[in-house]
Amino acid sequence: MNILSLFPAIPVLMMLGLWLSKNTKQIHAVMVAGSSLLLGLAIALVFIFLGMRADGQTAEMLLTDSFMWYKPLNIEYAVGVDGISVAMILLSAIIVFTGTFASWKMTADVKEFFMWFCLLSVGVFGFFISTDLFTMFMFYEVALIPMYLLIGVWGTGKKEYSAMKLTLMLMGGSALILIGILGIYFGSGATTMNLTEIAGLHNIPVEMQRIWFPIIFIGFGVLGALFPFHTWSPDGHASAPTAVSMLHAGVLMKLGGYGCFRIAMYLLPEAAQELSWFFIILTTISVVYGAFSACVQTDLKYINAYSSVSHCGLVLFAILMMNTTAATGAVLQMLSHGLMTALFFALIGMIYGRTHTRDIRELNGLMKIMPFLSVCYVIAGLANLGLPGLSGFVAEMTIFNGAFMNNDTFHRVVTIIACTSIVITAVYILRLVGKILYGTCTNTEHLKLTDATWDERLAVIVLIAAIAGLGLFPLWMSDMISESVLPIISHILN
Amino acid sequence: MDYSAIFSYMYTEIALVGVTAVALIYDLIAGKCGRRAFHGVICALLLLFIAGTVWPYHGETARIFGGMYIYSPSYVIIKSILAIGTLLVFLQADSWLRKEDTEFKRGEFYVLTLSTLLGMDFMISAGHFMMFFIGLELASVPMACLVAFDKYKHNSAEAGAKYILSALFASGLMLYGISFFYGTTGTLYFDDMTSGINGSALQILAMVFFFTGLGFKISLVPFHLWTADTYEGAPTAVTSYLSVVSKAAAAFALMVVLIKVFAPMTEYWQMLLYIVTVLSITVANLFAIRQKNLKRFLAFSSISQAGYIMLAVISGTPYGMTSLIYYVLVYMVANMAAFGVISVIEQNSGGKVGMDDYNGLYRTNPKLAIVMMLAVFSLAGIPPFAGFFSKFFIFAAAFEQGFHVLVFIALINTIISLYYYMLVVKAMFINPNDSPIASFRSDNSTRLSLLLCLAGILVLGIASSVFDGINLYSFGL
Repeated sequence: MNILSLFPAIPVLMMLGLWLSKNTKQIHAVMVAGSSLLLGLAIALVFIFLGMRADGQTAEMLLTDSFMWYKPLNIEYAVGVDGISVAMILLSAIIVFTGTFASWKMTADVKEFFMWFCLLSVGVFGFFISTDLFTMFMFYEVALIPMYLLIGVWGTGKKEYSAMKLTLMLMGGSALILIGILGIYFGSGATTMNLTEIAGLHNIPVEMQRIWFPIIFIGFGVLGALFPFHTWSPDGHASAPTAVSMLHAGVLMKLGGYGCFRIAMYLLPEAAQELSWFFIILTTISVVYGAFSACVQTDLKYINAYSSVSHCGLVLFAILMMNTTAATGAVLQMLSHGLMTALFFALIGMIYGRTHTRDIRELNGLMKIMPFLSVCYVIAGLANLGLPGLSGFVAEMTIFNGAFMNNDTFHRVVTIIACTSIVITAVYILRLVGKILYGTCTNTEHLKLTDATWDERLAVIVLIAAIAGLGLFPLWMSDMISESVLPIISHILN
Repeated sequence: MDYSAIFSYMYTEIALVGVTAVALIYDLIAGKCGRRAFHGVICALLLLFIAGTVWPYHGETARIFGGMYIYSPSYVIIKSILAIGTLLVFLQADSWLRKEDTEFKRGEFYVLTLSTLLGMDFMISAGHFMMFFIGLELASVPMACLVAFDKYKHNSAEAGAKYILSALFASGLMLYGISFFYGTTGTLYFDDMTSGINGSALQILAMVFFFTGLGFKISLVPFHLWTADTYEGAPTAVTSYLSVVSKAAAAFALMVVLIKVFAPMTEYWQMLLYIVTVLSITVANLFAIRQKNLKRFLAFSSISQAGYIMLAVISGTPYGMTSLIYYVLVYMVANMAAFGVISVIEQNSGGKVGMDDYNGLYRTNPKLAIVMMLAVFSLAGIPPFAGFFSKFFIFAAAFEQGFHVLVFIALINTIISLYYYMLVVKAMFINPNDSPIASFRSDNSTRLSLLLCLAGILVLGIASSVFDGINLYSFGL
């Protein structure tokens, strides 16, 4: 069995284990064992991948494997990874691992919660390893549907509304993707569903590309929080339980950017070039609008959700710039945003679990009461606003650098506009940190609260280590990514 | 004529007549003890029948009775799917039949249901319009008795009356249409008729009449008005039979006739189907949102599912036929699971079928809630359950033939349908309830049928061999 197939297989086995477990202790044991195994495998995969590249294996996809599934439609179960997917798998494994610890104190229906959580990760891992359009789409939908129950049952606030809105909007996006996939498959002569083979054929007529490119881009863009299809995101993230917010903002939103890049742009290159201007405008709006919206929110989760809209908008913005530097920056931004937004949501969940409010007007002076959580919150905030040494800086620097390389007026103007988001991000982050962490605590109830416990510390430290690791030593990761981005970008441009 | 050919090609129908006769005689002669075993005996017999006829014995198409009856491997496949559906209905019907006011007419239920199945088999295998019509009537008339089976219940009797009146009207129109065809072509044999069909105005009118008759059986919009009332009033086991087996048979027969007989008029019937499909999917979805009674809810859901089935019909390709048979199979297990849960809850809770009654079901009956959830997930087309695959394949079938806009409309509709299917999930898992349906243990027969359905929902999609197996035979038109 291919090592890649283990990634979706392990969560399936975890579900089985959860189903059989009898008490919370056993459930935790299964989850810890499974998610550690996934994390270990993901790290091993990085080394295996780098080793294979060092051995001079230059094929676009490595570790490939496939078998015919549905012959009449040429559907295969086909797997394979390049540098981008390896990075995404590593990210997902880290988030699943830390998400498990972040929901350690969950009491209601723990078993069901973790079963849905595992199903979600089946979808995520499956999506990143697939190289077949159908299989990819299938895993994509597998990842979407558990969200409904995870938010609807275990969420807070107006959870039913948010859950339904999120599900319907994302499934609406996936309906667009489905028709786009059919368009690509039949447009390329109905001989294969394999991504690399379709790209190799490169025979979809330009008139058809003009129809399918916007459809697929918007379809995936819904999940990537493309303006104006981002409205599910703030409500959904605000209502979801901690671990689900982490996984959703941290990994699931990346499926959108990954799909836009790997399917929409890679397979429909001519239309991508022709129509990119339109989507560049939309993503620029996402970036700036998300940042401005975050400034006026009073709920911690809403602030972070709008900040995610802004940062994920930057991912789509960067891939549309169509050069290797910007696209590498996009993948780095996916990684960096995934890690820091997960950290944010974890911390917000921990603070909320203690204070039972997320309203920043009711929180102040937390630094003295829970120093560990507060310091970590500051670190997350600094990563978010792009402090050098943390991951956010590396990603945004690369993106804007790459974006400015396009030497026509349009691209430069939008880049300058998008750059302003850095300043706005600093405004809302610093305001937030100043408001809730510093000063004196006026609420006497809050004075009795305690700092983080071991499980929370573990989750937070792992995430911070990853953020700092990416920020201090970006080269090994960005090299791996850029050599995989290169063939895709050159395919799009030629 | 060689009589051995009859036995070698018509084996499904002959065996089914045998089973029906056994049921009839057993009902007459069985003593007290025998009646108690009736359910087991009939299910075993049906299982034996399925085991004997499930796979085609001959790989080629054959005609007997001078072309009145056509044997084809793909017909055998759809017939065995219908028979499996009937078995599932029988398994689910037991808890209802065991009640005092239906126990004594248990035999009638079996005989009537098997008769309709026989009618559908003949309708599918027909090579002559008279044969087709007789099959259709044999499938319709006993059905009215079944719908009105709880005759002392006002709803059931009303539903029966509605059903028979609409059915007769539809049959009348259909017969009228067939007579036009006879007038313009001089024959009723499928094989001979094709050459006489030229798409003249009269023939288009005739085709519309013919289509109306089948559209009624499949309950496509605008011929669907009887559906919701009948589904609500009929006993749940009958509703489930009506919504799956009867519908599937008619849809398949429609596809066969359209492709085989009306091939010269393809552009006309494609246009007709196009409109009807869009209407069926959209109207039914919009109405389904408003339903509070689960049986009515599933009635509208089944209308929209019929619309999706029409996507396969409209493609008119062998691949489309494979997807149709596969879709029907997948739809059957999912819908039977949903109706099985509704039926068993209705029997054990004093007739609760409202969506609000299901609030908090997961707390008291987690297994039933999970079966119901997986069933609606499959109906909504969510992977990795079978419904996702079947939906994808029919979309691909229609898309391949250039119906891009139609597929797009259908896809937008899947989002609407997802909304109302999610309402059921929401009721069971999320909504709180002070007085939920009490916890109970369902009878073994229902459990078995739900288990089979569940296995189907989980396995049919992942195991591609089922689809490949069907595909192997769908060229046999």
